[in-house]
Amino acid sequence: MREAAVVSQPNPLQRIPGVAIVLVLLVTLFSTIAPGFLSVANLSNVLVQSTILTMLALPMTLIIMTEGLDLSMGAVLTLTSLCVAIVSLATQSMLLGLGAGLLVGMAFGIANGWLVAILGIPPFVATLGTLGMAQGLSLIVSDGQSVVGIPHSVRDIYSATLLGVPVPIVMALVTYAAFHGLLYHTRFGTYIFALGGNREALRYAGLSPNRLLIAVYAIGGAMAGIAGLLMTARMNSGHPTAGLGLEFDAIAAVAVGGTSFERGNGWLLGTLLGVISVGVLRNGLNLISLPSSVQVASVGVLVIVALFLDGLRSRA
Amino acid sequence: MSDITKDAIAPPRSFLSQDAMQAFYRLLAALLICAVLAVLSDSFLSLGNILNVLRQASLTFFIASGLTLVVLTAGLDLSVGANVALSACIAGTVIHKTGSPALGVLTGLACGGIVGLLNGVMVTALRIPSFIATYGMLWVLNGLTYWYMAGETLHGFPAGFRQIGSGYLFGLPIPVYLLLVFLGIGTLFAQRTIWGQEIYAIGANPVAARLSGIPVARRLLLVYAVSGTMAGLASIIFLSRLNSAEADIGESLTLPAIAAVLIGGTSLFGGVGTVFGTFIGALILTLVLNGMNLLSVSANWQPLVTGIIVILAVWLDMKTRRRAQ
Repeated sequence: MREAAVVSQPNPLQRIPGVAIVLVLLVTLFSTIAPGFLSVANLSNVLVQSTILTMLALPMTLIIMTEGLDLSMGAVLTLTSLCVAIVSLATQSMLLGLGAGLLVGMAFGIANGWLVAILGIPPFVATLGTLGMAQGLSLIVSDGQSVVGIPHSVRDIYSATLLGVPVPIVMALVTYAAFHGLLYHTRFGTYIFALGGNREALRYAGLSPNRLLIAVYAIGGAMAGIAGLLMTARMNSGHPTAGLGLEFDAIAAVAVGGTSFERGNGWLLGTLLGVISVGVLRNGLNLISLPSSVQVASVGVLVIVALFLDGLRSRA
Repeated sequence: MSDITKDAIAPPRSFLSQDAMQAFYRLLAALLICAVLAVLSDSFLSLGNILNVLRQASLTFFIASGLTLVVLTAGLDLSVGANVALSACIAGTVIHKTGSPALGVLTGLACGGIVGLLNGVMVTALRIPSFIATYGMLWVLNGLTYWYMAGETLHGFPAGFRQIGSGYLFGLPIPVYLLLVFLGIGTLFAQRTIWGQEIYAIGANPVAARLSGIPVARRLLLVYAVSGTMAGLASIIFLSRLNSAEADIGESLTLPAIAAVLIGGTSLFGGVGTVFGTFIGALILTLVLNGMNLLSVSANWQPLVTGIIVILAVWLDMKTRRRAQ
């Protein structure tokens, strides 16, 4: 097992250029053409706004490492955000709201894992189906309306600071540390590398690849639940289309970050830099007053370019 | 054991009849849904409603029929809905600017076709997995459409143009005739031409297809271009029926199209399925959604039900396939 882990560990030196070059290029570009981009206020704004995406992109990295995909993440985030809003509104308790979001998110994650692992449905179709289901449930529980008037305890999470650092950033850093520890320093992490690289080896080692897969997707759902709390806090409301399409930004961050879609290796720090790249791209385009539609299109182009380069590297 | 050997020796005829049986079961399911709806709702069997179902099914079918060819090659095109929106908005602008419906139709088809071709290039030349390439394309197209429309709505098109989507001929809506034409063309192309058979071969075993001299990349380009062009056609029908175009019209079209293909028995793993099956799939899905509508279930439930149907369809397909092996 240890040998397998050593082989599948990414070689960071070989990887750093790709995503680092993208990030440096974007920062250089926007600091010359976008006034106010380099201000402390704006940069910390970019980081705070990237926190929700970080919470989706890190589990997405694990899922993509298993040669999977979770297209339902944005829709599930929308649903969990609504659950947080509705439950915290009804009970006036932030923790109960978070609990509801976590439960619903985990349920969707387990369902995704079950469809992929036990029924063997290709991940992009299984999660496309659950995307529709989560989107539908969001419309049903909210009746297509925003949920407003949520308690201050929820709203304050987004604006509060801990030792001068905004709480969302603290949450994102803790998440990153947890994922880093999980992937690189636990046995479970090694198994995740094996899920993408060599599933047979897991079976010979007496482990159940199916249960591990379900666990990976469940982590994704749970993170969507926690991100749902941040989303509700940020918007100070629950909205039935709030997070739709965010899974694409997450996939973009993973792709730019150098995790391969076909070879079962992943790099969490790359994903983090990818998240910041996507955040910088959106923020910069916003500063030069291009509409959000252009941001969406440019993230699409970013993904296609990143995958093309990944394909080139895998052939080289 | 003896069953397996028998299957292996069985002549190709059994494969055809298996397809026919699959289509028969699906028709039966459609009839069953009709019977249930006829009992539950008085208005289901009215002429107006039946024509409405057919017209709605034809729209889903146009998108799904091109998509069927893509799925037959074991690929997927997630950009069809966004493609419909962009093509409709561009075609609508051209009609407004030039006053010529013919030019608008051509632009819509060309726009759809070019987007499809770009998908094909990403899949073949850039070797990006189809579901992720077309998913990227979805967001690029979405962004372009919203940027281009900037929140505006185009509406009011010439009466002649509106006939395409809302007109009647001998008591049947014109889209139904178009449906029959494209059902015929699609079936003939897939089952009776060499190119169609090569598409099945690529889906069944890409390596064997390449080794036997099939120009795989060119056939894949063709398949994605056809899928895009059919989305362009759907955009024209949409435009002329709604008499308006907005940036968000495509958002609820992709999942139903994929559902129609999968219900129709086309396998996600490629090489198995028919255009006729997709027609029945579109019919079944439309019947279910129409029935929910008649029973006054809120439209909010439609994505949930469509999502469940997609998963059920894939699961059933895999189950029957596993049993057949």
